[in-house]
Amino acid sequence: MMSTIVKANMAGTVWKIVVSEGEQVEAGQDVVILESMKMEIPIVAETSGTVKKIFVQEGDFINLDDDIIEIE
Amino acid sequence: MFKKILIANRGEIARRIIRTCKRLNIQTVAVYSEADKDSLFVREADEAYEIGKPPVALSYLNIDKIIETAKKANAEAIHPGYGLLSENPNFAKRCEEEGIVFIGPKPDVIAAMGSKLEARIKMKEAGVPIIEGVNVVIESVEEALKEAEQIGYPLMLKASSGGGGIGMQRIHNQEELAKAFEGNKKRAQSYFGDGTMYIEKYIENPHHVEVQILADAHGNVVPLFERECSIQRRNQKVIEEAPSPTISDATREKMLEAAVRAAKYIGYTNAGTFEFLVDDKENFYFLEMNTRLQVEHPVTEEITGIDLVEQQIRIAQGLPLEIARESLKINGHAIEARIYAEDPVTFYPSPGVIGSLQLPEGEGVRNDCAVESGAQVTPFYDPMIGKLIVHGKTREEAVKRLVEALKLYKVEGIKTNIPMLLKIASHEQFIKGNITTSFVERYYLPEVQVTK
Repeated sequence: MMSTIVKANMAGTVWKIVVSEGEQVEAGQDVVILESMKMEIPIVAETSGTVKKIFVQEGDFINLDDDIIEIE
Repeated sequence: MFKKILIANRGEIARRIIRTCKRLNIQTVAVYSEADKDSLFVREADEAYEIGKPPVALSYLNIDKIIETAKKANAEAIHPGYGLLSENPNFAKRCEEEGIVFIGPKPDVIAAMGSKLEARIKMKEAGVPIIEGVNVVIESVEEALKEAEQIGYPLMLKASSGGGGIGMQRIHNQEELAKAFEGNKKRAQSYFGDGTMYIEKYIENPHHVEVQILADAHGNVVPLFERECSIQRRNQKVIEEAPSPTISDATREKMLEAAVRAAKYIGYTNAGTFEFLVDDKENFYFLEMNTRLQVEHPVTEEITGIDLVEQQIRIAQGLPLEIARESLKINGHAIEARIYAEDPVTFYPSPGVIGSLQLPEGEGVRNDCAVESGAQVTPFYDPMIGKLIVHGKTREEAVKRLVEALKLYKVEGIKTNIPMLLKIASHEQFIKGNITTSFVERYYLPEVQVTK
């Protein structure tokens, strides 16, 4: 199985995690909502698959290119 | 005059307040978060104290820490700027209790106007026109649907404590309302700690026009004309100007009168703004009141020659206004463009390091800017990094100066909305003054999305 890591496209705080481990996701679906500069930034899955691991928790501060979730 | 003022804010507005204080020989105290330690406003203040970690809840919203700092520094007054604690009645009250002057209105007035629902009721009592809608809290989807039958679609679903467009949505039919209600209520609850919702009729193609007033503690209220703020993206203002090119003198007079009446009715003191929606027949309706200095205050300063921060300080000290309404005249035309660190097409923020910054200069050009070359734009705060203000004898001259200044405005290293501002300022509809709140959707986005 190929696995891909969804990374942060900008620095911010994890506001909401909308998927859970083991969940099936579609490409283009929101997986995490980041809050940056008073705005909600949806982070989308680039590929379809199963959420294998979530590396962040709500409230975490993350930097650009940090790993967010792994999709298999 | 006060000898020392603490500024409970950051960025360009902190610098703006420091500038007036310097002119008035008032000492300034800055408070700042870890993330802002290298900022211009920290260096420009006479004293500066670090008050906490970057997230606002741990620094700029930490009331205890700010009060403690004001006492330690012997500041007699606190200027809250805009945003952050500026419209927090608990903060204003706490200042009062601690014997520190809060530069703004009384806590109960802030609280009353902070609830959009309560503000609607108060304005109705004062005889100010409000948008048709309900003046009671809507608790459930069922109630919302029932009330919506009375008002008719399209309508606006709004959060009573909302701001910045959060919790607010345009609704076209029953299905949409049923779908949107709970989500918006939840968002309002999580953002503002208050999930109180209400609904209003939707005004088609409105202009956003607001009236600036000054009110002293002696019952004098003077209106400083209006500002047109219809150019918005994500329900937030991008370009503002004064006077409004879209209303007649007769309408202006009626709006100023309504604002004065409203301010007197609620016992308002200090600088405040009444926001109105104006429809295509120049009917105007109260939208909300901002009980603080506004981001776009410079356009009013440019056309009146009045320093609003100085007036705020004078009023807070109990001095009577020395401005007579009859003596006020609109001098030329002023436009402000907000410079945001964001993608000009998606409007997503763009934090990062500004490699080099070059501000435009020229006749009638004013820069209220937060940053400098080498500055870091962090992800913790609002993406506005500065404001460009231009003044001209006529609107035509002001628009020309705006376009020229935007072309000279250079920010490297991060994305900014300058390309968007340039496109709007050069657009024939903008030049004609044909501006409504849907301008960006209607004239700007189609252009950039096609050429992308």
